[in-house]
Amino acid sequence: MQGLLNWIDARFPLTKVWNEHLAEYYAPKNFNFWYFFGSLALLVLVIQIVSGIFLTMHYKPDAEMAYASVEYIMRDVPGGWFIRYMHSTGASAFFIVVYLHMFRGLIYGSYKGPRELVWLIGMAIYLALMAEAFMGYLLPWGNMSYWGAQVIINLFNTIPVIGSDVSTWIRGDYVIADATLNRLFALHVAALPLVLVALVFVHIVALHVVGSNNPDGVEIKKLKDENGIPLDGIPFHPYYTVKDIVGVGVFLLVFFAIIFFGPEMGGYFLEHANFEPANPLKTPEHIAPVWYFTPFYTVLRAVTLSPFMGTLAMFGAIVLLALLPWIDGNPIKSWRYRSKAHTINILLFAACFLVLGYLGVKPVIPMLKELGTRMTEIYFMFFIVLWIHSKPGKANFVMWFLILAAVIVGIDLFRYNPEATDDASQIVWQWIFPIGYLALTLLLPGVVKSFNTEKIVPERVTS
Amino acid sequence: MRKKVIAFAATLLLPVSLMANSGGENLEPANIDLHDHKSLQNGAKYFVNYCMGCHGLKASRYNRIAKDMGLPVNPKQTGKTGKEADQVADANAKLITENLIFTTDEEGKPSSLGSLMLSSIPPKDAAKWFGAPPPDLSTVGRLRGADWIYNYLKSFYLDPKRPTGVNNTVFKNVGMPHVLWELQGWQKLEEGEHGHHLVLDKPGKLSPEEYDVVVRDLTNFLTYVGEPAQLVRKKYGVFAMILLVIFIGVAYAMKKEFWKDIH
Repeated sequence: MQGLLNWIDARFPLTKVWNEHLAEYYAPKNFNFWYFFGSLALLVLVIQIVSGIFLTMHYKPDAEMAYASVEYIMRDVPGGWFIRYMHSTGASAFFIVVYLHMFRGLIYGSYKGPRELVWLIGMAIYLALMAEAFMGYLLPWGNMSYWGAQVIINLFNTIPVIGSDVSTWIRGDYVIADATLNRLFALHVAALPLVLVALVFVHIVALHVVGSNNPDGVEIKKLKDENGIPLDGIPFHPYYTVKDIVGVGVFLLVFFAIIFFGPEMGGYFLEHANFEPANPLKTPEHIAPVWYFTPFYTVLRAVTLSPFMGTLAMFGAIVLLALLPWIDGNPIKSWRYRSKAHTINILLFAACFLVLGYLGVKPVIPMLKELGTRMTEIYFMFFIVLWIHSKPGKANFVMWFLILAAVIVGIDLFRYNPEATDDASQIVWQWIFPIGYLALTLLLPGVVKSFNTEKIVPERVTS
Repeated sequence: MRKKVIAFAATLLLPVSLMANSGGENLEPANIDLHDHKSLQNGAKYFVNYCMGCHGLKASRYNRIAKDMGLPVNPKQTGKTGKEADQVADANAKLITENLIFTTDEEGKPSSLGSLMLSSIPPKDAAKWFGAPPPDLSTVGRLRGADWIYNYLKSFYLDPKRPTGVNNTVFKNVGMPHVLWELQGWQKLEEGEHGHHLVLDKPGKLSPEEYDVVVRDLTNFLTYVGEPAQLVRKKYGVFAMILLVIFIGVAYAMKKEFWKDIH
C-alpha cells in the first residue's frame, strides 16, 4: 500500500493535496451550525450532476417531445420519478443551502479582508447558479416554463436601442421556440455545469489559502504554536469530516422527506401551472417565477420609472451584494462584537429579503405593490446604513437619518398622485416601514449610546 | 447548538404539512382514496366510456393502469406462481381489452395492452368543433388538483347563451359540453339571497348520491393518472426516514467520539 502511494506521489502530489486540503488544513475549532452549508452546497452540486446525467439519458430537448419525455421519465423509466424529484427538489435545496451559506458570511463578516476574493468567486457561483436554474426550468416545456422564460428573456428587451436584437439573438427565433429550448438545454447540461464546477474549485482553493473565518471573526493564523500550527485550529480531517457527515444526515432527512412525501412542496418546488404543456396562446392566470428568484422579481416590479430602470435595479440588487467587502469598512468581522444597531440592521435586511420573496409569488394588489416598493427601499438602504456603520465612533447618525429620511420623503412626493386613490392611501401609511427601519438602525444608535457600543474582540476564539 | 439544529429542521419540515394540492376557493373536498382499487377501476371505466372520445391520456399505458388498479396483465405481477399466475394474468388481460380498449391498431385489431391511451378524436377537427382541441388529461390531476376536478364535474348548468347549451360555475364559459348529462340530468342556476346555487332541474339515470360516487371515482382515477408514483413513494419514504435516523445516530456518536478531546 505504502509502495503504491510512493509510486503515485513520485508522479502526482496525492499526499501533498490530501494534507494541504484535509488532514493538515487547520480550521477554527469553534464552527457552529451555520458552517454546515458550505459542504452541503457541494453535496447538492453532486446530487444535481448525477441525477442530471440520468435525466439526460431519457429527456428529449425538442419542443414536440420535451413535455412527453418528462412524463415518460415519470412513468415508464424505472425509478425515473425518483431521479426527476431528486433533480427538481435539488434545485430548490441548492438555493436554500446557498442563501444560508451567504447569510453566514454576512453575520460573521466572512467577506472582509483577506477573504474578498472568496466572496467574489462565491457571488460568481451564485450568478452561474441562477442562470443554470433558469435554463433548467425551461426544459420540462410546461406552460409556466414557457411564460417564465418569456418574462426573463424579455428583460433583455428593455436595454435601449439594441434590446430587441439581443433578445432575438438569445432566443434564436422571434418567439420562444424549439431553437430556444435546444440551446438552453446545451447550456444547462454542458456549459454552465463546467463553469460551476470550475468556480467551486477556485472558491475552495482561494479559501484554503486565506483560511476559514469563524463565528468570532478572529484570525486563527495570528497565534501559532512552535510547530506553526494555529492554537485554535484543528485539522479539517477527521474533525470536520465527521461533523459534516452528521449535517449531511440531517440534510438528507429533510431532502428525502420532501421527495417522498411532497415533491411539489405545495406548488413552490414544482408549480401547478407547469403541469400542462407550453402553449404560446394561453397565458397562465398568474405568472410567478420559482421561489428562489422572487426577491429580485419584486425589486424589478417595484421600480416603475421605466422597464430598463427596473432591470437595472434588479441586477443592481445582486451587484451590491458582491461589493459588500468594500461597502462595509468596519474592522470588526463578527456581529458578536459589533453594535446592537448593526445586528438590527442585518436582521431587518434578512426579514426584508424574505418579505420581498413572499411578494414575488403574490399577485399585484395596491397594498402589496406598495409593500414591494417599501421593501425595495429598505433593501437598497441597507447597504448605505452598513457603510455608515463602518465608523460608528465618528459617523453622525442623526444627520444621516435626516438625509436618508428626506430622500424617502422626496421619492414619496414624486410618486404621490392623489388621483390614484388606492395607491396614494398606501403611500401615506406605508412610509412607516422605511422610516421605521432608519429610526432603528440610525436614530436609535445616534441617541441611545448602548446601541452603538462595540465589544472588544478576543484574541482567541471562544467556546 | 443542538437546539438550533432541531429548530432549523423543524422550520424546514413545517411546509411539508402544507403540501396538499391547493384547489381554490369554496371547493368541496373530493375525499378520494388512491388505494381503493374498486374506485380506480370504476373511474377508469367511466373515463374510457365518457371522456376518452375527446380526451386522451397519452402519457399512460393500459397495462400500467391495469397493474395499479389491481388487475395486473403480467404473470410476474400477479403475486401467484406457475399456471395460476398465467391464468390470472390472461383473465385480467381479457377484462381490460374488452372493457377499456375501444381503439384499434393499423390492422383493425384492438390496441395492444402496452399501447398509450390515445384518444381517437382528430385534433384539427376537434379544434374546429370546440374552439380549442380538448386537452390531454395525463397531468390534469396535478394541474388542477382533485377537489377542482370533483367540483367541476358537478357544476354544469343549463345556459342557453352558450353554444353547447351549458355553462359551469367552476370553469366559467368552458368549451366542453355536459358529457355526463344522461347520468346526472340537467341542473339550473338559481339566484338566492346568499349568491347563486345549483339545483337539479331534470333528473338523469342516476340519483345524486350515485352520481356523486361516479364523479368521485373519476376524480380518483384522474388524480392517480397524474402521478402514478404517488401510490408507492410514501412507502419508500418511510424506509428512507428510518434508515436516515439510524445513520444520523451513528454519525453523531462517531462525531462525539472524535471530538471528545477538543475543548
